[in-house]
Amino acid sequence: MNKRELMDAYYRMQLARSFETRVAEQYTKGRIGGFCHLYSGEEAVAVGALVHLRNEDYVIGSYRDHAYFLIRGGDPKRAMAELFGHADGCCKGKGGSMHLFDRDINFFGGYAIVAGMCPIAVGLALSVRNKQENRVVLCFFGDGATNQGVYHEALNMSSLYQLPIVWVCENNVYAIGTSVSRASAEKSLAQKARAYNMPTAVVNGMDFFKMHSVAERAIAHARAGRGPSFIEAKCYRYRGHSMSDPATYRSPEEVALWKKRDPIPRLKEAIRHDFEATEEEFKEVDDKVRKLLDEAVAFAEAGSELPVEKLYDDLYVEMT
Amino acid sequence: MAIISYRDAINQALFEEMKRDPSVIVFGEDVALYEGSFKVTRGLLKEFGAKRVFDTPISEAAIVGMAIGLAMDGMRPVPELMTVNFAYLAMDQILNHMALMRYMFGGQVKLPITIRMPGGGGHQLGSQHSHSLEVHFVHTPGLKVVYPATPADAKALLKAAVRDDNPVIFLEHEGLYNLQGEVPDGLDAAVIGQAAVLREGRDVTLIGYGAMTHVALQAAEQLAQEKIEAEVIDLRTLRPWDVKTVTESVARTHRAVVVEEPPPHCGIGAEVAANICEQVFDELDAPVGRVSGADVPLPYARELEQACIPHAEDVIRAVKKMFSV
Repeated sequence: MNKRELMDAYYRMQLARSFETRVAEQYTKGRIGGFCHLYSGEEAVAVGALVHLRNEDYVIGSYRDHAYFLIRGGDPKRAMAELFGHADGCCKGKGGSMHLFDRDINFFGGYAIVAGMCPIAVGLALSVRNKQENRVVLCFFGDGATNQGVYHEALNMSSLYQLPIVWVCENNVYAIGTSVSRASAEKSLAQKARAYNMPTAVVNGMDFFKMHSVAERAIAHARAGRGPSFIEAKCYRYRGHSMSDPATYRSPEEVALWKKRDPIPRLKEAIRHDFEATEEEFKEVDDKVRKLLDEAVAFAEAGSELPVEKLYDDLYVEMT
Repeated sequence: MAIISYRDAINQALFEEMKRDPSVIVFGEDVALYEGSFKVTRGLLKEFGAKRVFDTPISEAAIVGMAIGLAMDGMRPVPELMTVNFAYLAMDQILNHMALMRYMFGGQVKLPITIRMPGGGGHQLGSQHSHSLEVHFVHTPGLKVVYPATPADAKALLKAAVRDDNPVIFLEHEGLYNLQGEVPDGLDAAVIGQAAVLREGRDVTLIGYGAMTHVALQAAEQLAQEKIEAEVIDLRTLRPWDVKTVTESVARTHRAVVVEEPPPHCGIGAEVAANICEQVFDELDAPVGRVSGADVPLPYARELEQACIPHAEDVIRAVKKMFSV
């Protein structure tokens, strides 16, 4: 990868991380309500995978979706406004944090039902395959999803029909407070996917380069019409499951250990080392991110909710 | 004009809609090679090929989820759930995804999906194969629900459902598949939300849907011999349903009985009765009656099962009670 590409990756990771920090602030101030799930710590997984995608590829994922939206090129103003529940949010305030969506960037949504979007990914992939479009579909989910019934239905079908899907499992060790060791009889999540006759990879999800490399292969595999594959990205969320979770099920030592593996300083160090990037260059990116997010928060603060007269809008397509 | 079966009418509608619109695709368990467990999809694979007509594993939730993904990418899926009873396995995808995604995403998606499901009891299929599930779907904003009682309506309503840009639950009654009826040539799509007055009368309004429409008609014939003229309305669609036609009728007849196959709790009978009370309370000479199925899972034994399902004599009894001094 060249310097420009790496600085771009750094920018996207920093954007995702800083957005979540701002969201936490706004949530604490009461401007954002409900359930809010932050991606902090997992940035290398999303960025490592998504930088390979073309605009026309499709992405779908779980409720921990702010990063997918932003990294795909979604407008931070529209995301923040959506979290504030305002009318100029990407879903007019009707979705909220867990349900960002933007067809313009081919982001097909965040979903609250664990693994619920997996069969939807199958449908998207079947459609693009039938139309003989050269698109791939990336579906992001967590370790908890690998025990849900419909997840197995979806993986089976993706392999049976040889669909252009990359199944990206963010194994951040915990499904709320239940660790993989307490939930999955088979501890290797990749092994469970192998049962559906597809290639798998296990990767250090805190390492941008490793994730980038593994994702490249999986995406090329799908684009070449060779069917689905599965990536188990071992990663960690620095915050609780959601803003309401104090995460007492994790020891401070464990958290500290994973913080040492923070993907962002790691990437920065690699760029410094390989390309002798200066602190000014990183600061330029950081300033750009800060400005974008200042604008996003200001945009959100200036907005307001849809009037109640619009409550029934967008329920049905009117048929004449 | 031809006389064809309810089954063949659905088959014809599928053929015609698939010819008309290349984005219509049909899939489900045993619908392609086996031609459907009730043979409703006979001939489709041969005519349209494996890309547009295909078999799935036994994965109801994924069948519906796949339909959602296909629809988001511009296809018009018409999946089949082998029977309504198996829809339970897909309820999260139907009620918690398909029904609400358009709204939740602020209007950014449309899901032109029609899910076909045969249901109903009366053939000793046991309690896990004899459900009538309409209430669950009717209750849910974001869905449309239709339930034809005749071959002509089966064809016209399926055409309408397929062309509708909203998710439609298309309910079929297994006991009606062999029912013969007139189906006009060139029959076009129906309007979803219009009931049909199948028989005019001035003494009582009988409201039914699906197989119960025929029970209501039978009751009306027998009541006529006792000089009670019943108006029979076939709802045809359950969400939206034709409140206007029903309440206008009751305003004239002053008495109403709803006939429904499932048990009464929170059913179509309750829904219709509440609306009649709200709209034309002053016209009622008696409370709205409900003739519903027994409040038990359907047993296997033939006589016991029949005792669970409304028959003409149950409707007649309910009507006569309204006229007793």
